[in-house]
Amino acid sequence: MYEFDYKRPGTIDEVAGLLNDDTVLLAGGQTLIPTLKQRLAQPETLVDLSAIESLRGVCPDGDQLAIGAMTTHAEVANKATIPALASLAGGIGDAQVRNRGTIGGSIANNDPAADYPAAVVGLNAVVNTNRRTIAADDFFTDLFETALEEGEIITNVTFPKPEAAAYIKFDNPASRYAIVGVMVAKTSAGIRVAVTGAGPCVFRQAEMEAALSASFTPQALENIAVSADGLNSDIHASAEYRANLIKVLAKRAVVQING
Amino acid sequence: MTNETGIGASVRRKEDKRFIIGKGRYLDDITKPGQTYGYFVRSPYAHAKINSIDTSEALNASGVVDILTGPDMEADGIGPIICGWGITSKDGTPHKAPAHPALAVSHVKYVGHQVALVVAETLQEAKDAAELVEIDYEELPHVIEVGDALASDAPQIHDDIPGNLSFDWEIGDRAAAEQAIASAHHVTRMDLRNNRLIPNAMEPRAALGEYDAGTDEITLYTTSQNPHVHRLVLSAFNAVAPEHKLRVIAPDVGGGFGSKIFIYSEETVCAWATKKLNRPIKWTAERSESFLSDAHGRDHETHAEMAFDADGKILGFKVSTKANVGCYLSTFASAVPTYLYGTLLNGQYTMPAIYCEVQAGFTNTAPVDAYRGAGRPEATYVVERMIEVGAREMGIDPGEIRKRNFIPPDAYPYETPVIMAYDSGNYALAMDKAQAAIDYSGFEARKAESAQRGKLRGIGYSAFIEACGIAPSAAVGSLGAGVGLWESAQVRFNPTGSVTVFTGSHSHGQGHETTFAQIVSDQLGVPIDQVEISHGDTGKVPFGMGTYGSRSLAVGGSAIMKAIDKVVEKSKKIAAHTLEASVEDIEHSGGVFSVAGTDKKMTMAEIAFSAYVPHNYPADVEPGMDETAFYDPLNFTFPAGTHIAEVEIDPETGTTEILDWVAVDDFGNVINPMIVEGQVHGGLAQGIGQALLENCVYDKESGQLLTGSYMDYCMPRADDLPTFRVETINTPCTTNPLGVKGCGEAGAISAPAALMNAITNALGKEIDMPATPEKVWRAAQGL
Repeated sequence: MYEFDYKRPGTIDEVAGLLNDDTVLLAGGQTLIPTLKQRLAQPETLVDLSAIESLRGVCPDGDQLAIGAMTTHAEVANKATIPALASLAGGIGDAQVRNRGTIGGSIANNDPAADYPAAVVGLNAVVNTNRRTIAADDFFTDLFETALEEGEIITNVTFPKPEAAAYIKFDNPASRYAIVGVMVAKTSAGIRVAVTGAGPCVFRQAEMEAALSASFTPQALENIAVSADGLNSDIHASAEYRANLIKVLAKRAVVQING
Repeated sequence: MTNETGIGASVRRKEDKRFIIGKGRYLDDITKPGQTYGYFVRSPYAHAKINSIDTSEALNASGVVDILTGPDMEADGIGPIICGWGITSKDGTPHKAPAHPALAVSHVKYVGHQVALVVAETLQEAKDAAELVEIDYEELPHVIEVGDALASDAPQIHDDIPGNLSFDWEIGDRAAAEQAIASAHHVTRMDLRNNRLIPNAMEPRAALGEYDAGTDEITLYTTSQNPHVHRLVLSAFNAVAPEHKLRVIAPDVGGGFGSKIFIYSEETVCAWATKKLNRPIKWTAERSESFLSDAHGRDHETHAEMAFDADGKILGFKVSTKANVGCYLSTFASAVPTYLYGTLLNGQYTMPAIYCEVQAGFTNTAPVDAYRGAGRPEATYVVERMIEVGAREMGIDPGEIRKRNFIPPDAYPYETPVIMAYDSGNYALAMDKAQAAIDYSGFEARKAESAQRGKLRGIGYSAFIEACGIAPSAAVGSLGAGVGLWESAQVRFNPTGSVTVFTGSHSHGQGHETTFAQIVSDQLGVPIDQVEISHGDTGKVPFGMGTYGSRSLAVGGSAIMKAIDKVVEKSKKIAAHTLEASVEDIEHSGGVFSVAGTDKKMTMAEIAFSAYVPHNYPADVEPGMDETAFYDPLNFTFPAGTHIAEVEIDPETGTTEILDWVAVDDFGNVINPMIVEGQVHGGLAQGIGQALLENCVYDKESGQLLTGSYMDYCMPRADDLPTFRVETINTPCTTNPLGVKGCGEAGAISAPAALMNAITNALGKEIDMPATPEKVWRAAQGL
């Protein structure tokens, strides 16, 4: 780890005032700290968000659930009133990771194999920042890229409660990140199928959404050919295998929802 | 008299208290006054020429004490890292081993190769300065896979070793094996890959050198499985210090699995540098360094042919293996794919003819050496996959074909065609018990039930054998070992009756402090809490050979028995004198010495006191009660058993779930059944890891290690494993005084074959390890 300055401000405004090209926000640190320890990053200043109480908590609000950006995975797993979301959070990493890692840190990092992007997109959530609200479909833009602008800080994520939803994940056995994770949800905006792990960035599977809108059964997905084009391929899984998993996991999610 | 802390009792591990309460003393817990920190600059390339090393800027960095390089070591006359076992090729020439300087001098040969040591006041400063060391590398072509390395157009790794071939070794009778294959009813032929593994002991390797200018003595604290061997090699070959001026201490060591047997660059450098700089220097590997530079395990490419008659009786077996030894020959690298491998290809069977040839090839990867099982898992994998596939091809039940070929229980001692003489065993009994435990006859019904759920169920056997208790010195000497493989023990009574046992074995998780104390408690009636086991310090313990090859109990425990015999012999004389009887009339049982036919007796504690306060004492007996023995085994021991694994595969995802696992092992006599069971569990976890999860992958293009962290290298975790059902049968070993065979490696040796036989049984198709979900999915889908 290289030397850096460390700040722990108490308000969002103070944080915003500190941000520049040489500062990095520290949320749960589950990606950032290992990166620093391996000397792969050399920020001048780390701005720790942990003192800002307003960024924490799981707050049911009518037919919505607002989750503060600094809420840990463990807290979401224990308190989220959307079962598919709670179960997704409870399946991230291990207990140590879940007790430190946060939803805001995860989605701001937008790791292609992270679980939360599938929840945010699949459940049609809204990402709220200190400046604006960003629709889930617009938030995740590319590999480790998001719509966040310079100096923009996620404050919370609002999840509309779905009629039903299920997230099925196929773990990388080593890292327990998603080789593929599929969130299928019946939402007020229609059926949504969001896929993480398989591509450079979370994406929706439009063909499956259409098929499930017509018939919400696993059989409806049977004849959909998932293309391996553009999917990730690495030492753990080829694109072809990931394409297979997308369909298998989507069907299993539908089965789970249908009970 | 039964003793509840004696032989056969599941005594709770005495050492666990300090580990559980955080009082274990591992290497990084030790800090010396004035200590500096070492950090190694390592090669980022798989193969490169070093044009220059410029340390000038780094030397001026904050806190830097010095920066040492290969030429500095050469100038001080420090010798290269050695290989301690000579292998002779088919053509009679000795194996070829390149010079291996502890710090690279002219070339780097693998990613992670040690180039320079930065010594600084803090670790942070050492790392900062390491980034300022400027090394001008000229990249050279590299080769990763052994098959590629031995091909005619391969890049040359060492100038003086043509074709990257270290040796081309053989054992057995080629003509007889080929004749059997030519005339057989059926021949099973397979190519088998034994995947490369990275050991991953919980405590990373570490070294702390401390020089005392007053006594001119170097103390090296290091994570060693065999501190005396470290001292011997560092003194005799590396010339770090004369043996009497070098003390090696291996304190609590958090796992080894073979990887801490070897004498590595890092501890050699720290031992040398502490005197050069007259400062204590500590280096502790970061996990990434462990992945890069610990000796790796396995990595064989094998073609095998097994010949059968019409009844499934094995007629002949021919095995050709290419073994990847990495870029240099590590300490025992040459022995692992030869005498620890080819000699076990007989398995538990009567095989009239066996031939094995092994080509060992250098590659631009970390050195490969012994890893839990060391050669024997590779042999078991070949034998047990071949007989299983043979059974499938011939339509014979896999249990039945093994029973037809087992060496019968009345055939011992049994000489195999590959130089081993098995002393004892009862293979059919283990198989019968395993089949009963897993309800083998009910398998088809369970398979049908799985099929109804769309799942593929499979069952697989491994009837393994290993040669442990390594080893008779004369035998291993004749096979090329540079050392003897006996063991030492010293049983020292204190005047008040408590005992300290000094053993040349080394415990790095095995529980010696309990098992060895049980032997003393059992034989001499000393309460177990009054028996202390001391090990791991060349300044305290008689010269010993350390722990590997499941040898601690069979060899180290036997040495303790020999020392106990001497204690008993002396005690009888003291008792006879005190009780006014003749020595011949003294009977001994569990620490009570009595005069036959009378109620006159003395306890061991009374005798020990008398030996130190010899007021009324036999004239011809020395005072004191402190006996040392060295034990050289008569033979290897041959633990064996049958494991049966049952799995269920999800053909849509390729996921394998292990549903059941039965292990019936013959370890001979058992001192502590609980510790034995734990050892079996640990071995099984590692064997299952190899078959299902673990795989070391280097990128062939760049030579970089792709599985360089736990993000990509998958160690088995508790939820990957089933509830093991472990049983032992106990055919005593006939060649050591305890009748024990050793249990540390059995699980790792047996498990890969059992699991792969179960998976391929379910799939109806052969695949190589590790059976990753994608590989299994492809096989299940016919892709």
